[in-house]
Amino acid sequence: MSKIATRDAYGKALVRLGEENKDIVVLDADLAKSTKTIDFAKAFPERFFDLGIAEQNLIGTAAGLSLSGKIPFASSFAMFATGRAFEQVRNSVAYPKLNVKIAATHAGITVGEDGASHQTVEDIAIMRALPNMTVIVPADGIETEQAVRAAAGYKGPVYIRLGRSAVPVIYDDDYKFEIGKASVLREGKDVTVFATGIMVSAALDAADSLAGEGVEVEVINVSTIKPLDAETVVRSLQKTKAGVTAEEHSIIGGLGAAVAELSCENCPVPLVRVGIKDVFGESGTPNELLVKYGLTSEDIVQAVRNVLQRK
Amino acid sequence: MDRDLIAKLEDKAKEIRRDIIRMIGEAGSGHPGGSLSGADIVTVLYFHAMRIKPEEPHWPDRDRFVLSKGHAAPLLYAALAERGYFPKEELMTLRKLGSRLQGHPDLNKVPGVEMSTGSLGQGLSVANGMALAGKLDNRDYKVYVLLGDGEIQEGMIWEAAMAAAHFKLDNVIAFLDHNGFQIDGPTSDIMNPEPVADKWRAFGWHVLSIDGHDLAQILQAIEEAKRLKGKPVMIVAKTIKGKGVSFMENQVGWHGVAPKPDEMERALAELK
Repeated sequence: MSKIATRDAYGKALVRLGEENKDIVVLDADLAKSTKTIDFAKAFPERFFDLGIAEQNLIGTAAGLSLSGKIPFASSFAMFATGRAFEQVRNSVAYPKLNVKIAATHAGITVGEDGASHQTVEDIAIMRALPNMTVIVPADGIETEQAVRAAAGYKGPVYIRLGRSAVPVIYDDDYKFEIGKASVLREGKDVTVFATGIMVSAALDAADSLAGEGVEVEVINVSTIKPLDAETVVRSLQKTKAGVTAEEHSIIGGLGAAVAELSCENCPVPLVRVGIKDVFGESGTPNELLVKYGLTSEDIVQAVRNVLQRK
Repeated sequence: MDRDLIAKLEDKAKEIRRDIIRMIGEAGSGHPGGSLSGADIVTVLYFHAMRIKPEEPHWPDRDRFVLSKGHAAPLLYAALAERGYFPKEELMTLRKLGSRLQGHPDLNKVPGVEMSTGSLGQGLSVANGMALAGKLDNRDYKVYVLLGDGEIQEGMIWEAAMAAAHFKLDNVIAFLDHNGFQIDGPTSDIMNPEPVADKWRAFGWHVLSIDGHDLAQILQAIEEAKRLKGKPVMIVAKTIKGKGVSFMENQVGWHGVAPKPDEMERALAELK
């Protein structure tokens, strides 16, 4: 399987979109080389603004640009875009429902060696709590390009969560991403694994190995965390009657919480959440961290076994 | 200076001050002090300086006004209603359930409100974004901003100040409503922002200092700011909190307190 980081796909998608739509403008906060907005900066220097190390101003400026008809993509590391500038995102973007796209890279613990100060495992929860905010977590490079395109075409605030490390490509070039639609990657009758972001390929691997034990796993990529595709989630849980969620995010407030909330209200079934267990991370290589914090395909396999016992 | 124009603006400023008192009195809550201090500036903007079409609030070439100190919402509403953006009767619905006139301005509810504000420190960044878009589109509109002198204690203001100068946003014209008070007391006691003019100058702005209640000075400063090229302009306007109502003037207690019916009558009598 070929690999590409979603941030790389984001950079390339921006350049293509920039050619097609002159209203697209890009803002960064001194991380253009890391967030890959540098590609856009080189292609369209007049439509690129580096605000320096000032994320609050980054978001506020993007809000102003959107109010005069531009489609701003504001980028920084996920930690700072959603944490440092939370109140600006809330009051200057989400509340007035402005057409600002916050595309944040280096989300989750796989930012790696920089350690806990840079590893955001709560950004989905924070963004999901905001009215008007759409939250998208692409699973691979193909989906990232599609998501960036869909976000540009959608009128309103969008948060796109991207990663630093290369991840396996899951989708074909003809994949069509749609905001608010989860995609069933593999059908099964025994248990549903809802995964998002880099955990989607881990979920597919887990389903493969569980197939060897005779367990038929349904794998659903929930790339839009909000609005959650309630129809697809509930339909699958009604069929399999057991669920596992997998995300590179805290088990509090993210995909696991969203699925649990929906399940409780509509079709209560046993559910296990794979994610960061309410702790801060530490320095290490991305793979070491995924193992230490329980985010491997083997962890998903174990979670499936656990949930099946409770069925 | 055009005497007729000044006289007309004086009348408008008084009418706006009366509306501020009536609205806040009727609402039973709100911020009279900082609304009254900025009244002369906003009057000049809406009744002379700004290129606007109230019948076409989203006209792309309009000048923009961002009320960064969003708690002065009654001032903005009074000016917008007086200018014809919405019926004046609606002013009496301020802060009431179901009203378009929220306690702090909501751009999706009120025609003419350019940005939802209220959380202090965010307006200048938004104005910068509007100004950048204007430059990209080769439009010659100006973006006016009203900042409070307590508000500039927010760090984000200085991020935006740096950026406006860096991007040479000469289409940004900001006013500092320098009334010297914030909720907890005199700004000089709480967190002294002085010397404010030097600070803005050091950040690369062209700074003008005026009496924020002298209509001729306000008019002149705006004319000068419009002509200036290559730099954003900060007009430091010395104002009096509660200006126009004797018992509210320079009284920190009137920052966020509504006048009772008898106080309202006294205030309106003074503003005749």
